[in-house]
Amino acid sequence: MAEYKRPTSEEEFKKNFKQKNPLMNDTQAYYESSRCLFCYDAPCIKACPTGIDIPLFIKQIHTDNITGASKTIFDSNWLGNACGVVCPTGVLCEGACVYNHQDVPPIQIGRLQNYATNKSIESNKKLFKAGEANGKKVAIIGAGPAGIACACELRVFGFEVDIYEAKEKPSGLTVHGIAPYKITNEEVLKEVKYLQDQLGFEIKYNSSIDTKEKIKELESNYNAIFIGVGLGKTATLGLEGEEKNGVVGAVEFIEELRMKHHLVKVPKRVVVIGGGNTAMDAASESARMGARKTVLAYRRSKEDMGAYKFEYDLAISAGVDSLFNVTPLEIIGNGKVEGVKFAKTQVVDGELKTDMNNVFTVKCDMVIKATGQAKQGHLYELIDDLQLDSKTRIKIDEETFHTSNLKYFAGGDAINGGAEVVNAAYDGKMAAHGIYKWLIND
Amino acid sequence: MIDLSINFGGIKSPNPFWLASAPPTNSGYQIMKAFEAGWGGAVWKTLGVPVVNVSSRYGSVNYRDTRMMGFNNIELITDRPLEDNLREIEEVKKYFPDHAVIASLMVESRAEWEQIIKDVENAGADGIELNFGCPHGMCERGMGSAVGQEPEVLKTIVEWVKEASNIPVITKLSPNISHITDPGLAAVQGGTDSISLINTIKSIVGIDLDSYAPLPVVDGKGTNGGYCGPAVKPIAMHMIKDLAQHPEISKVPISGIGGVETWRDVVEFILLGATSVQVCTAVMHYGFGIVREMEAGLRQFMEEKNYSTIYDFAGKALPNVTEWKHLNLKHKVVAEINKEKCIGCDLCYIACDDGAHQAIALPIDLNNRIPSIIEENCVGCNLCALVCPVEDCITMVQRDDGSEHVTWNERTLNDDIPVTFNDDRAGGKGHFVPAPTDALKK
Repeated sequence: MAEYKRPTSEEEFKKNFKQKNPLMNDTQAYYESSRCLFCYDAPCIKACPTGIDIPLFIKQIHTDNITGASKTIFDSNWLGNACGVVCPTGVLCEGACVYNHQDVPPIQIGRLQNYATNKSIESNKKLFKAGEANGKKVAIIGAGPAGIACACELRVFGFEVDIYEAKEKPSGLTVHGIAPYKITNEEVLKEVKYLQDQLGFEIKYNSSIDTKEKIKELESNYNAIFIGVGLGKTATLGLEGEEKNGVVGAVEFIEELRMKHHLVKVPKRVVVIGGGNTAMDAASESARMGARKTVLAYRRSKEDMGAYKFEYDLAISAGVDSLFNVTPLEIIGNGKVEGVKFAKTQVVDGELKTDMNNVFTVKCDMVIKATGQAKQGHLYELIDDLQLDSKTRIKIDEETFHTSNLKYFAGGDAINGGAEVVNAAYDGKMAAHGIYKWLIND
Repeated sequence: MIDLSINFGGIKSPNPFWLASAPPTNSGYQIMKAFEAGWGGAVWKTLGVPVVNVSSRYGSVNYRDTRMMGFNNIELITDRPLEDNLREIEEVKKYFPDHAVIASLMVESRAEWEQIIKDVENAGADGIELNFGCPHGMCERGMGSAVGQEPEVLKTIVEWVKEASNIPVITKLSPNISHITDPGLAAVQGGTDSISLINTIKSIVGIDLDSYAPLPVVDGKGTNGGYCGPAVKPIAMHMIKDLAQHPEISKVPISGIGGVETWRDVVEFILLGATSVQVCTAVMHYGFGIVREMEAGLRQFMEEKNYSTIYDFAGKALPNVTEWKHLNLKHKVVAEINKEKCIGCDLCYIACDDGAHQAIALPIDLNNRIPSIIEENCVGCNLCALVCPVEDCITMVQRDDGSEHVTWNERTLNDDIPVTFNDDRAGGKGHFVPAPTDALKK
C-alpha cells in the first residue's frame, strides 16, 4: 500500500524522509536526562561498541554541562554526533537500558547524545587539538567513519595525516549509504568539518588508490597506512537478465538518492531482493519516493532475516509488502525490466531447497538488489603480503589492528564485512592506538 | 459521615486547609478564588508598616526533573495600602461568612499593635496571626524573626496583643532558632490562643555562576531569603512534634506549615498534632486547585481508617516519636531483594559498598546483574531499599522474633553501658570489613 506521494521538490523530499530521530529541544533533553538512574557499571556502556560513558554524559546534560557531555562522547567516539542518530540504539545502548526490564521506555540515549554533540558542532566549540608533531606521517585510504576516526586519534597523537578518498565527499556510507530519514548530508558533513577544523588533517578527494604505482608512492611517503575502504559495489547475483535496464544495486540506489534527492525517479513498481538492513532501507526509500508498490523478496522466512526487526517494521510502516521463502530465478523483460520470476523455497533438513513446481512472476519496473556488497579485492591485490580471510576480509591483529603487511593497519567494513558506523569508528580509533604503539611507543 | 470542619483555638473553618500568609493571600480576589476552589481558611498577607519591595524576589532549588523542590523569597509584607486590605477583608467575609479569614500582622510599637488589631477586628477578621518569623528584610528593622528569636520580647508582644484583641490570636514561630520550644513556651505564657509554624528558614538557594551573586539576584547582589517548599517539610514536622509533645505548649492547637503539598503531607502533619495546615509554595507552583487532591486524599484516608473528624487521629503518631534511647536494640531487619522484580541497575550494590556496610554482592557471572544480600553484613540500614528504583523490589524483613526488648535507657539504668566496642552489629565484629587495600583490586 502506497503511503507516500512522489516527491517533486526538496521540500516534499524532506517531508517524505522526515528525520526518525529529530534533534531534541532543551526541555526534552532536560526531562529525558533526568530519568537516567546512573546505574553502577552501566549496561549501556558495555553495549556501546565504543564504550561511551553514557551515564556520565547524561548527567552532564542534566547539569547543563553540555560541553562536558560532548567531550565525554567524542572522547570515546569521534563520530559521536552521527552515531547518536544512525546507531541501531535499540539493539545497543538503549536495548541494554535496565528500564527495559521494568517495561518502562529506555532512556533515549542516542537522541541525548546527538543533542549534546550537535550543540558543540553548531557553536563550533573547540574541544580537541592536535598533539605536538611527532615527525611521523600516516596515510589513510578512505574517508569513511573508520578513516575519519583513525585520522582524529592520530592527530591527537601528533601524527601528520592525509586521507585519500575516491569520492568527492567524506564520510563514506554515512553520507552515501544511510537512509536519508536517519541523518541528513549536511549533518554528516558538518561533523567531519568540525573535527577537521580542530584537528587539522587533510582529505584528498577524488583520489582513489587503484594502481600499484599509487600504492608504492604511499608506502614510500608515509610511515604507516590505514585501510578504511569499506566495501565496494553491489555484488553480482549471476541471475539471468541481471544486466537489464532497471536492475540496480541497493548501495548504488541509495547513493544516488542521497546525492540527488527528489531528482531520482523511482518507477511505479519496485522489487527489492534481500533480507538485510540495506534491503529494508532500499525498500523503505523506494516507497517514500512514491513507488505505488514496493515488494521485498527474501529467500528464507521472516525470522531468518538479517535485518533488525525495527528496520523491517519501518519498511512495512512505509507501505512495503513482503514475500518470504522465495528465490529469484530470472529477471524478465525486453531490454528493460518487466518483472522477476520467483520460485518458492523451503528448508529441508536444514538446507534451502527451491521448489521448481511453484514458480510465479512479480511484475515490476525496477529491481533493487540488496544482496550484499563486493569486497575491495582489486585494491587488496595491489598490496604485498596482505592476508585476507575466506570472505575476502582483511585479517588483522584484534588488539592492534595491524595487518599481515606491517606497514598497514585496517578497520571498518574492510575487516568485518559490513557492520555499523559505530563499529568502524571504534576500529579506526583503536587502529590509531596500534599505529602509535608500533611507530612511537615500542 | 466525614466532617472536616475544625475549631482552631476559637477560629472556625469548614476544613483544615488554609492558605499561609504569603503572595497567594495578597488580595481579596485571590482569597475569594481560593475559597471557591475549596480552601477553608486564609491568613492574609501580613499587614503592617509601609514597605517597599525589590524586583526579582523568588529563587528555587530544582532536583532532577522537579522544579521548586525548595523555594525562597525576599519579598516583604504587604505593600498594598492598609485601607485596601481592610476593605477587602470585609468584602471576603461578606461572601464567605463561614470561612476563616485571619489577619497576619507585623508592627513595632504597642500603640501600633493596638491600632491595627482594632482595624482588623472592625474589618471582620476571624483571628490574628502574629508574624514573628519573617527572616529577611523586616528582621533588619527589628520585626519578624527578630522577635521570634527573642522569647522574652515575643512574650511581651503576645501579652500586648492579647490584652488588646477580642478575636483569637495565633503566634507564628520562626524556625531560625536552636530550640523551638523556647519561643513556643513564651507564646503560651504570653497567652496565645494557638501557634503556627514554621515560618521560612534563612537560606541561600543558589549562586549565579556568572555574576557570583546569590539567587534571586537584584542588580548584581542578593540577600538571604526565606526557604520553604517540599524540602523544608521534615524540619517543620520535627518542630511541630517538639511543640506537640511539650506538656505546656501542647495545650494550644498547632497550625502546621512547611512544604505541605499533598494529602499525605496533610495526614502526616495531623498525626504529629497539627489541627490545621497552611500552604503556600504548592499554590504558588500549581494554583489553588491543588486543594482538590488534598481534600480527596484526606477524605479517602479517613474513610479507610474509619475516622469522622480530624480530631479522631490528630497527634496519633506522637506516642511513637520517642528518643533514640528508647528504641529497641534487639530489633533486627535485613534487606531482601526480589529477584523477579530486580532490573539490574546495581545502585543498591554500589550504594552499600561505597556508602554503607559492604553487605551486597554482585554475581560472578558478568551477564547476570542481579545482586544478593550478604546477610551477615547487613545491619538493616535501609539504604539499598531507599535507592532502589523499583517499587517493592527491596524490602526490609524482620529477623528477630520480637521476644526481646532492650533499650539504651534500660541498659543505662542497669549499669550496662559498654566499656569496649562489642556491638555485634559493628563492622569488624559482627560482620567483616574489607581490608583497605581491597579497594585497589576493584
